[in-house]
Amino acid sequence: MKEKSKIKKGSFLSPFKAIKFLFKKPKTLRYPFELKEPAQRYRGLHLNDWAQCTGCGNCADICPNEAITMVEMPEIKPKPEEGIKNERPKIDYGRCCFCGLCVDICPPGCLRLSRDYLHIHFDISTFNLLAKDEKTDKEHFLPADKYSILKASLTHRKIDYEGFSPDLKYSLFEPERVPMPIIEPEERKKSFVEMALGYEEEGARKEASRCLECKLCEEACPAHLKISDYIKAIAEGRYEDSLRKIFEDNPIPSICGRICLKHCEDACSIRYRGEPLAVRWLKRFVADKAVDYRKVLMPEILPDTDKEVAVIGAGPSGLAVAYFLKLKGHNVTVYDALPGGGGMLRRGPPLYRLPFESIDKDVNYIKSLGVEFKFNTEVGEDIQFEQIYNDSDAVYIGIGMCKGRYIKLENEKLAPQAVDFLKEAKFGEKVKVGKDVIIIGGGNVAMDVARTCVRLQLMQYPEQKTSVNIVCLESWDIIPATEEEYTEAQEEGVLFNVSWGPKNILLENGKIKGLECKAVKSVFDEQGRFAPTFYEEKEMFLEGDMLIEAIGQGADFSFLPKELLEKLEFTERRKVKVDEDGQTSIPRVFAGGDIVNLNLDAVTAIADAKIAAEGIDKYIRKQQS
Amino acid sequence: MRELELYFGPQHLGMVGNFSITLKVEGDRILEATANPGWLHRGFEKLMEYRTWIQNFPMVCRINVIEPDSMEMVYAMAVEKLANIEVPERANYIRSIVLELSRVSSHLFGLWAYSNMLGFDTAAQWAMYHRDLVLDLLEELTGGRVYHIYIWPGGVRRDFPEGLKDKIVKTLHSIGSCMPDYDAVFFNNRLFYERAKGIGKITQEEAKKLGAVGQVLRATGIKYDVRKIEPYASYDKVDFEVPVREDGDAYSRIWIVRDEIIQSVHMIFKLLDKMPQGEVYNRVPNPFKWNIPKGETYVKVESSRGELGLYLVSNGGDKPYRVHFRTPSYTHGLIILEKVLKNASIADVGNTMISLYIIAPEIDR
Repeated sequence: MKEKSKIKKGSFLSPFKAIKFLFKKPKTLRYPFELKEPAQRYRGLHLNDWAQCTGCGNCADICPNEAITMVEMPEIKPKPEEGIKNERPKIDYGRCCFCGLCVDICPPGCLRLSRDYLHIHFDISTFNLLAKDEKTDKEHFLPADKYSILKASLTHRKIDYEGFSPDLKYSLFEPERVPMPIIEPEERKKSFVEMALGYEEEGARKEASRCLECKLCEEACPAHLKISDYIKAIAEGRYEDSLRKIFEDNPIPSICGRICLKHCEDACSIRYRGEPLAVRWLKRFVADKAVDYRKVLMPEILPDTDKEVAVIGAGPSGLAVAYFLKLKGHNVTVYDALPGGGGMLRRGPPLYRLPFESIDKDVNYIKSLGVEFKFNTEVGEDIQFEQIYNDSDAVYIGIGMCKGRYIKLENEKLAPQAVDFLKEAKFGEKVKVGKDVIIIGGGNVAMDVARTCVRLQLMQYPEQKTSVNIVCLESWDIIPATEEEYTEAQEEGVLFNVSWGPKNILLENGKIKGLECKAVKSVFDEQGRFAPTFYEEKEMFLEGDMLIEAIGQGADFSFLPKELLEKLEFTERRKVKVDEDGQTSIPRVFAGGDIVNLNLDAVTAIADAKIAAEGIDKYIRKQQS
Repeated sequence: MRELELYFGPQHLGMVGNFSITLKVEGDRILEATANPGWLHRGFEKLMEYRTWIQNFPMVCRINVIEPDSMEMVYAMAVEKLANIEVPERANYIRSIVLELSRVSSHLFGLWAYSNMLGFDTAAQWAMYHRDLVLDLLEELTGGRVYHIYIWPGGVRRDFPEGLKDKIVKTLHSIGSCMPDYDAVFFNNRLFYERAKGIGKITQEEAKKLGAVGQVLRATGIKYDVRKIEPYASYDKVDFEVPVREDGDAYSRIWIVRDEIIQSVHMIFKLLDKMPQGEVYNRVPNPFKWNIPKGETYVKVESSRGELGLYLVSNGGDKPYRVHFRTPSYTHGLIILEKVLKNASIADVGNTMISLYIIAPEIDR
């Protein structure tokens, strides 16, 4: 009782102090006439820009409440080669907790949260909503004058009302790639030593751990490698598992790990706001890591069927077909004119990009399985096609495109073909290079030639002024060479003359003096077909003592006997016509690779080979039974 | 007189939160009280074993509705310790600021509950209004009003937006300027004194023995505050007092709450002044491939109700192997409450309970 007296009884007037509050502005908001504006970063209902959304499904994977389902949208056309699926996220607002993890994981940054937070409806099914934004859905996103808070719902929204937005600084994925150690341009152009040094273990694991496992790449890959699985194995340090996974679909990882055109990386969802995952370099890392494939893979070969399959061409498709058929128990013999395996990849890509050891590693493994290789054997010269055809149960043609095309200019015979030049440079005794080289063509082969020339010039004319000029019809935005290739070529000092076409080869005393060029108006016609037009009056003269043509290659079917060649059907695009099993119009003859597909690259050749291998196996087993 | 069993909660008007106490009463006097939790059990600790490290982060805050940030903080700290992640300096300051803001909002909410319980509706409405102002600040910083989902492993989720610093100072000044009004209406009010003095009293020895923390412990004269004893975030960079009282009753506890609001406000001003420039987030590994090395850890923070601990075990996988929270309300609500309600009057049950700062979702989890 004593303590109580500490606090005085207040004056009886003190309650009247409260009167002052009567004259203050009330603090409560009179909703809905007075609205509370949510903060700039408010995490409300979702927004999704469908034009940017790839349907990768990372938002659905990260959602802690499984509130997001990916729904197939028939009206959207999927583009697997660009990494675009026709699925879009649908959000169940009965489950959503508005944490915004979906925003921070979204690789293109198209999924955002708006500041809208109201949805009132008597029908529960309306709480499921396909997220859209004002660009995708003009009907339900309204400007301020048409918007009423009384109707606010998932289908009555304000425009320009974005709240919690993606920020690359705080994204849950790593946008930056682990850089591949590459020899500096000044150093690398002095020799043909492989320029990309390959990842170290730590770098590879770090790079592999960037993968979001959305598998867009697997759909983009022509051979549908299980990329997500083998990358995951690398991230977890299970390199041997990773290699086994790769070999399920691709028996030449050491080659593909270096020169693959990496369609996967063009589909990688991280590429929108960062650098795509270095899938190719990771494949190379795993392939290089395994000293002996056989020990790692321990392949199971099915019992011998005693059937003979002949493969013409030891390029990627030939190697792959031989590998898959050998595993199925067939006897395979591969014929190739070159002294080793690899086909176009042995004669084409310069050694700084693909060394012989890497090719031989893959080839030797396939050899060790029991595939017979007959190198230095040109079909049609050293052995006749009829003989092969009669001795085998099936024949696979994977000869590739090794014959250079001509522009049809005067004095053209003085200019070597790119493919021949590259082959000479790799196998020949000593190929002579000019001091000032002009290369016609803008593809990867042209880049290979140009960069080979740079290296040869430094060896043959040390400390003298030399030049390498590329002339191509296409402008920078449609140049067929990959960005990697032309930037590296520029770094090494190759000069580019884009949007110029060859007009005339000028001679002096029977030797090349230079090339007259004309400016290009357009490369393709309205239908998108190759039909260049020129400004005839706009001219340029390039001086040079050597000219190389790199405008593409064609296939050489001269080894086929005339009556068979007549039977061989072609498509409109001058490709060999094959059915769904890879069989051509000639019975027992299958085909794949560059002569069949339009992509003209190694991994597509492997994809063809997979189909043909299945087809050949099916064919042979049908004959047996 | 006849002995009766009285169910106090969860529907009882005097009960705040989803909690229940079974009282054995004789007339107005309580013979025995049995805390009866379980009305709010959501199984968070088990749910967390099925979600990846990052998916758990929007989850932990939901354990405590009143003050979610300390939950986020303790989870982030545990993960950072297990995975060995450094936090940028600026992020530590921002974390401290958020934690103090949320302590203020939590205390204001507590003040609402308590004064409302005693019938001081005016003070209760003010407290609720001022809490809303603090929530506005948190909304501007984090994008959420109640669940901020902001302090995550590696730092914080976004940097301070422009102008927020001034806004915080302005808002806190305006709340601080109302403190005399609160004092006049509530804290220095004789009715509060008479209703709270000697209620729910425990001695220092009992408090220690029963595992009391926070205001309950500090009201018995022990200066125990995790922010001082094991400083985390940026609490070692600022100077602050830990308010202490001697009597161990409801009156002391509520006064400590008041003093802590003032301490926190001062601390926020100091933290804002000292806050360095720089990054606020060190990127954690890709959530789909994030495995944390095998190990276990116990971390603790000072939440608005006392020491909040988290025991986290990883077996090297992408999800926690075991999660266990040590929440302050657990001992306060189950053990101390039962003890102090003995011989109390029915009218003081709510009074005692709220003065012990019992948050039912923390007990059940």
